[in-house]
Amino acid sequence: MRLRFWPVFLRNFLVWKKLLIPSLIANIAEPLMWLVAFGYGLGALVGDVNLSGEKVPYIVFLASGSICMSAMNAATFEALYSAFSRMHMQKTWDGIMNAPVRLDDVLLAEMLWAAFKALFTVTAILLVMLGLGIVHSWKLLMAWPILLGAGVVFSCMALIFNALAKGYDFFTYYFTLFLTPMMFLSGIFFPLDTLPDMVRWIANALPLTQAVALVRPLFLDQWPSNVLLHVGILTAYGAGSWMIALHLTRKRFKQ
Amino acid sequence: MLPLASHPMNQAQLRCTHLTKRFGDNLVVDDLSFELQPGECLGVIGPNGAGKTTTFRMCLGLTAPDSGSVDVFGLSMPQDALAIKERLGVVSQFDSLDPDFSCAENLMVYGRYFGMRKSDIQSRIPTLLEFAALSHKANAKPGELSGGMKRRLSLARSLINNPSLLLLDEPTTGLDPQARHLMWERLQQLLQQGKSILLTTHFMDEAERLCDRLLVVDHGRKIAEGKPRDLIAEHLEPDVVEVYGGNTQALSQGDLRAHAQRIEVSGDTVFFYTQTAQPLLQALMAYPGVRSLHRPANLEDLFLKLTGRQIREEG
Repeated sequence: MRLRFWPVFLRNFLVWKKLLIPSLIANIAEPLMWLVAFGYGLGALVGDVNLSGEKVPYIVFLASGSICMSAMNAATFEALYSAFSRMHMQKTWDGIMNAPVRLDDVLLAEMLWAAFKALFTVTAILLVMLGLGIVHSWKLLMAWPILLGAGVVFSCMALIFNALAKGYDFFTYYFTLFLTPMMFLSGIFFPLDTLPDMVRWIANALPLTQAVALVRPLFLDQWPSNVLLHVGILTAYGAGSWMIALHLTRKRFKQ
Repeated sequence: MLPLASHPMNQAQLRCTHLTKRFGDNLVVDDLSFELQPGECLGVIGPNGAGKTTTFRMCLGLTAPDSGSVDVFGLSMPQDALAIKERLGVVSQFDSLDPDFSCAENLMVYGRYFGMRKSDIQSRIPTLLEFAALSHKANAKPGELSGGMKRRLSLARSLINNPSLLLLDEPTTGLDPQARHLMWERLQQLLQQGKSILLTTHFMDEAERLCDRLLVVDHGRKIAEGKPRDLIAEHLEPDVVEVYGGNTQALSQGDLRAHAQRIEVSGDTVFFYTQTAQPLLQALMAYPGVRSLHRPANLEDLFLKLTGRQIREEG
């Protein structure tokens, strides 16, 4: 049995290695600037955040949420813009499929690759956070697989829109109508209990909220609660999105 | 591994049987059947929108036919697509080279898709680059290559798995004459090595030079099939006299008609198809001011006779 997706994953890895420096800056420097500017700047105004009775410094609150957002953004950008370049602009996928590699293998490789990039990004950001002394719990080791899982979920979701896109402009809808609202509704910048009930119900069903619910306690040296529920919802998002993305991508290549 | 041939007598490298494909109401491929024998070069020619590329994609298992079947090496497409592609080389119409990799890296990365070991690929790269006349460009990226070099790199890439059958979709479109001749020379070499080639092309000189047999396709249907010279002899008079610069009406309707078996008018040119050109050329002396060209009938004449002279909008 040959893992046919692996050489495709490796291909993406080898290209990325060549462009490592600009890629690092885009994926890591920007989230860190947000963290430092808002965490220290806004944190001085806000002081502590009241999280179910516990006082948490704002920068820790923000760091634990924004690491999830970074995983989402890294996976999404890769599975939208970069995958679309390879699929549509460069015809890389067509070339690969002239070799004994199926479309499903190519899509799996793209999905895993986008998730890997999310993992790489959050690892680098976590290291900087440790260096800055924002966090120190050894429980953070558990954040790693969760963030990889979040990367998988968000790359599956992005691949749906990749399959539907006619051009890069199409992705603006996904960002503006879905990702940006989700960013504000997932408890990254402010706690959800300040929101009206209606909005909170929606927020609690979003995938990013689940990732934050799992990762934030680890930053506070605690174990998350309702783990099965959050993991279950994330898994449902991931599996459902993967099936849809696979179906739509196959349809796109039927022509 | 799957059994190679279900019928031992069945020698065809590629066999398409009653292929039909519709896109919506548009019948793109209409009951098309043909075979490619080992060591043979079969050319598929036809105007834009004739169904060549769709047929090509069906042969690769990328598009499913509505009816009919494709067999390669005695295996059926698309069920056995992976086993077939292990032994197939493909150059598609548009280059899909990796712009971020050098020529050598492009070959290395592509070899991995076949499950080849790094050392095996490594040992093939210098030979393939030499074959493509790109040894001096091993470390250059596709963006630094000319159109002809890119096509040759695509050809070299398709040979990484040492395929016995090559499918080439318009391999020389957009190339200058030098680059085309070099490509033809390389394809001849591959045929001499015993490889089989299926090739689509718009260039009649290419078809005539390379192909043992031709398939003329229009509106998705096979309208002629045979050896290039045989097809010309079968469908055309041996000589053509093209006449320009006169009154096309007078030239085509007048006394010259007696000297030609067939006359065609296209724009300001009159084409006389004839068994013997001398009497016609004599008679043309009586028309001062016209220019003429006498030449043997060629594949282009055949192509235009079979598919018409009007420009195709689609494709």
